Amino acid sequence: MNFLTIQDVSHVYFSKQTSTTALHDISLTVNEGEFISIIGPSGCGKTTLLSIIAGLIKPTVGTVILDNEPIHMKNKKTGYMLQQDYLFPWKTIEENIFLGLKLTNQLTNKTKIKTLSLLKKIGLSNVKDQYPSQLSGGMRQRVALVRTLATDPKLLLLDEPFSALDYQTKLTLEELVYLTLKQFHKTAVLVTHDIGEAIAMSDRIYLLSKGPGKVAQVFTVPKELRQLSPLEIRNSEQYNELFTIIWKELESLEGKN
Amino acid sequence: MKEKINVPLLHQQYRNQLRKEKRWVLFFQILIFLAFFLFWQVASHFKWIDPLIFSSPITIWNLFLDKVSDGSLFPHIWTTVFETFLGFIIGTLGGTIFAAILWWSNTLSKIFGPYLVILNAMPKVALGPILIVALGPNMTSIVAMGVLVTIIITTIVIYSSFREVDPNYVKVLQSFGATKFQCFKEAILPSSFPTIISTLKVNVGLSWVGVIVGEYLVSKQGLGYLIIYGFQVFNFTLVLLSLLVIAVFATIMYKLVEVIEQKLLKNG
Repeated sequence: MNFLTIQDVSHVYFSKQTSTTALHDISLTVNEGEFISIIGPSGCGKTTLLSIIAGLIKPTVGTVILDNEPIHMKNKKTGYMLQQDYLFPWKTIEENIFLGLKLTNQLTNKTKIKTLSLLKKIGLSNVKDQYPSQLSGGMRQRVALVRTLATDPKLLLLDEPFSALDYQTKLTLEELVYLTLKQFHKTAVLVTHDIGEAIAMSDRIYLLSKGPGKVAQVFTVPKELRQLSPLEIRNSEQYNELFTIIWKELESLEGKN
Repeated sequence: MKEKINVPLLHQQYRNQLRKEKRWVLFFQILIFLAFFLFWQVASHFKWIDPLIFSSPITIWNLFLDKVSDGSLFPHIWTTVFETFLGFIIGTLGGTIFAAILWWSNTLSKIFGPYLVILNAMPKVALGPILIVALGPNMTSIVAMGVLVTIIITTIVIYSSFREVDPNYVKVLQSFGATKFQCFKEAILPSSFPTIISTLKVNVGLSWVGVIVGEYLVSKQGLGYLIIYGFQVFNFTLVLLSLLVIAVFATIMYKLVEVIEQKLLKNG
């Protein structure tokens, strides 16, 4: 049984003068515990697709089924991570990571302890009384990860969460997020424009073409790579082969437009 | 030979420099203050300016002492301070609530947009006579004037700050299934605190304008009344005394707002 099923989803944005088809007839499935990536040229509707899965936007047509239930605004099964951390600057780190629990009325001693231990596990135990401005970019994005995981979502939606970080921090965080998600057996959908990141982290890669966005190709990351961690993958030979293949595909897609 | 940096000494020098600057600033502030009143006194004494119109600091001070000892000044002060405070609170709070309503409903904000522009462009004090006829010649119309002067601009400024909040903060909240009210409480309102505070500062000045003009038009008590009364009986010492008292209390109110600002924004 598929954990996430996206069936014939299309989405159109309307403005006074024009209507823009952002997504056209997208269908894809994700199994429980799988990590998939969506890459494509900018403007191909990646973020729109993610917002639809999160239930933030209602698709013009099509259905999204998550864990045997159609998604809706009030579902609490997904967690969303944005390009930047978007920690609330007037809240302490502790208040920030409890935010989801507070909003969903799950703030109890038990969930508090669990969330704080997660913060500790991720290497940030002594910052809980500080404010986001006192932390570095990488630390803040880690706090954002804890905030997202605190409500125990079954599906994680990652919208280029590492794009605003410097290269070294990005590699470290990729590793950390990957291992954390695997450990908690989470399903994840990552949107990125970084081919390397997609290969290093995911089981499958969906390549979208733009204007309107539709699935152009699906790549399965070889099994041998899947047993390695993101950092090890980046150093393997197969990584480079796959990188070249996807690169060329992406080039040809961008050439068409 | 490499030169060694003596950090504590340099830090000490830096701090001394800061202290020195601070002392100079204070010195000139006091100097201007004293020079102003001294010049005023001298100019009036030697009739460089007409003492009947411009009075003199010592005359004003004596009148102040008189009025304090016979207790006739305080009712005027409290009346005006109370009216101003009420106008300020109602105007600011009301404006914030209006802004929240406009934020809540896009349609409402579209409907009311042009009316806000018209009301903002219109000089509110021109409504004075109508207020007095409608609400009666009493404190209510004066407070209403203070409210009217502040509420429109507050609504406009705070509403636009609500709209400028980064939508991604709301997206974070929505991804947790937050309601519209939760989005307002957790993201929109706290991110707008700096704007709300600066509106408070502007409103301190504006509500004084509203109340004093209100008192000009209709009142039996208050500093605005004293000014008009002094003007009518040609007692400009009284007019200037009232002005100075207004300056002192307006400054106190402004300082209070600054204290609130520091409390509210300490985490920003």
